[in-house]
Amino acid sequence: MKDPKALLGVLRDAIGLGVTALSGAGDDAVLSVEQASIRRALEVLKAQGFNVLVDLTCVDYLGYGKDERPAPPSHPYLPQRWASPPKPPHRFKLVYRLLDLDAASGLERGRITVALWVFDERGGPSVRDLWPNADWLEREVWDLFGIGFTGRGDLRRILLYPEFVGHPLRKDYPIDRRQPLIGPKEAPRPEEGGDLRPAP
Amino acid sequence: MKKSFLLNMGPSHPAMHGVIRLVLELDGERVLGAEAEIGYLHRGFEKQAENDVWNNVIPYTDRLNYVSPLLNNVGYCLAVEKLMKLELPERCQVLRTIACELSRITDHLTCVGASAMELGAFTPFLYLMKAREELYFCIDRLTGARVTTSYTRIGGVKADMPPDFPERVVAAFRVLRESVKDTEALLTRNRIFVDRLKGVGVLDKETALAYGVTGPLLRSAGVPYDVRRARPYLVYDRLDFEVPVGTTGDNLDRYLVRLAEIEQSLRIVEQCFDRLPPGPVAVPDAQLLDAGLMADLGKRGKTGHIFDARAGTDPVLEGSGEAEKPLIAADQPDSVLPPKEEVYNSIEGLMRHFEIVMPSRGIVPPPGEAYAAVEGGNGELGFHVVSDGRSRPWRVRVRPPCFFNMAVLHKLLVGSTVADVVATFGSINMIAGELDR
Repeated sequence: MKDPKALLGVLRDAIGLGVTALSGAGDDAVLSVEQASIRRALEVLKAQGFNVLVDLTCVDYLGYGKDERPAPPSHPYLPQRWASPPKPPHRFKLVYRLLDLDAASGLERGRITVALWVFDERGGPSVRDLWPNADWLEREVWDLFGIGFTGRGDLRRILLYPEFVGHPLRKDYPIDRRQPLIGPKEAPRPEEGGDLRPAP
Repeated sequence: MKKSFLLNMGPSHPAMHGVIRLVLELDGERVLGAEAEIGYLHRGFEKQAENDVWNNVIPYTDRLNYVSPLLNNVGYCLAVEKLMKLELPERCQVLRTIACELSRITDHLTCVGASAMELGAFTPFLYLMKAREELYFCIDRLTGARVTTSYTRIGGVKADMPPDFPERVVAAFRVLRESVKDTEALLTRNRIFVDRLKGVGVLDKETALAYGVTGPLLRSAGVPYDVRRARPYLVYDRLDFEVPVGTTGDNLDRYLVRLAEIEQSLRIVEQCFDRLPPGPVAVPDAQLLDAGLMADLGKRGKTGHIFDARAGTDPVLEGSGEAEKPLIAADQPDSVLPPKEEVYNSIEGLMRHFEIVMPSRGIVPPPGEAYAAVEGGNGELGFHVVSDGRSRPWRVRVRPPCFFNMAVLHKLLVGSTVADVVATFGSINMIAGELDR
């Protein structure tokens, strides 16, 4: 089992104050990393043995904790009311979930979550060269949140269609927005051929 | 001069289930490159979840992986319960484990049956669907629905199992074991079937790990990773089961691993019935009072004997009364629905009930986030939930195992023929409801 504190030490050695905080413990530990050092941090973690990218997702914190409704009275039978959570530093948070998996025994050597608060839509650097499944995951984050990734091409929509306007999992995208209907597309003629193999 | 050409396979293709488009680059029959286009079944699950109260997300989770809905129910509830730090009673955990394993069996039966059918073996499909129907019948008795189960609640399950449930499951297992045996006899040593699968769609260990593949696909490649073993949840750490592993990671291995897992799931369910904590103590029928009558008496102020009576409810609500509630739900009055008796004969119970079901109230996890994973039919099924301390989820992220399995599909297809695409795609067990959410 990997110790998150030890990992924090390794990262501090590599990127200094680029890693800002460690919260949680055990498999639920979260390392917060700055945008400038995220790529290096993930490279170091990969070298530390985190061979599986379990998940990459995003959370939009627009308006988080800003509930204007008055708090209802507290009563032992009524659902508990909580104080407003602290204000997030930026609007979007990218969440990288890493796993160190021992292929021989099939047991986990550790899990760590890396959180990256994103200033703007440029998002983070692409990590699809470190974990190839990041390709689809980054496309999904772009599709649903409009967060881009630098250092990669082919950032297309994956779940939605190309003509879709906007990014639906953003908090300012209303749930009842209608999208314009699209007509049939002209398909490319099969004899023109194509090349799906990656460039050498 | 380039000789290759592009072929569009799907979405209107019977083997693509109508929801996947594969663009194949072909040289004659040989596949040089492939690309999967997904999203044809995107329903905006994650957006919908943000706009509903926590408990109302559970019916949407049924529609994720619709051949193993109970696994999704359990996965979502475990994530929210982790956030709320709820402790579940033992009987509830064992019931959830049974439900999970029944769902895993239906998932594997569907996959093996459908992929065999796509290769032209229609008889095993009928055998396995018959067995699956027996299980659906049991699930129906347990949850009230065959497929859209919504069995779990945050902090518990809908209801205790009916008293005759274990016998029914044992009877279903007899049919199931026979069907699986017949299927094995028809397929496992069938020359045509084996020739179509052996050495086709090979997934090696390194590629599988690099792409985050989990579940039967990863195990068939020789990595014995199983969330039930590596990160035990519910009661799996106290159960005796094996993790079947393949060697080469080809289509035949995936078929064999799934069949072996069915047997392990049967073992788990049988062990669960052995260690199921004692159920509710039966109350004689004389004290049973119709719930509607109970409410009417209460309204007229005739509350004399309704306090001792047991509410006779609609069959849908059976098994969630005063006797069963402490066994199947956490002891947390502000998050778990009160038993019906309390709702009908006391104002506090009525208030508690409506506080939980009203759309603007509902249960409220503390601000924060949690990630919990279960072993789904296709691999690690994770739920990442974020709460802002209000009655709606701030974000519900599903980590769908199919998504990762589909991302690696192009690697499996290159080098095979067009006919093998059907076999390989079948063995992936892509479920579009979960893939596209």
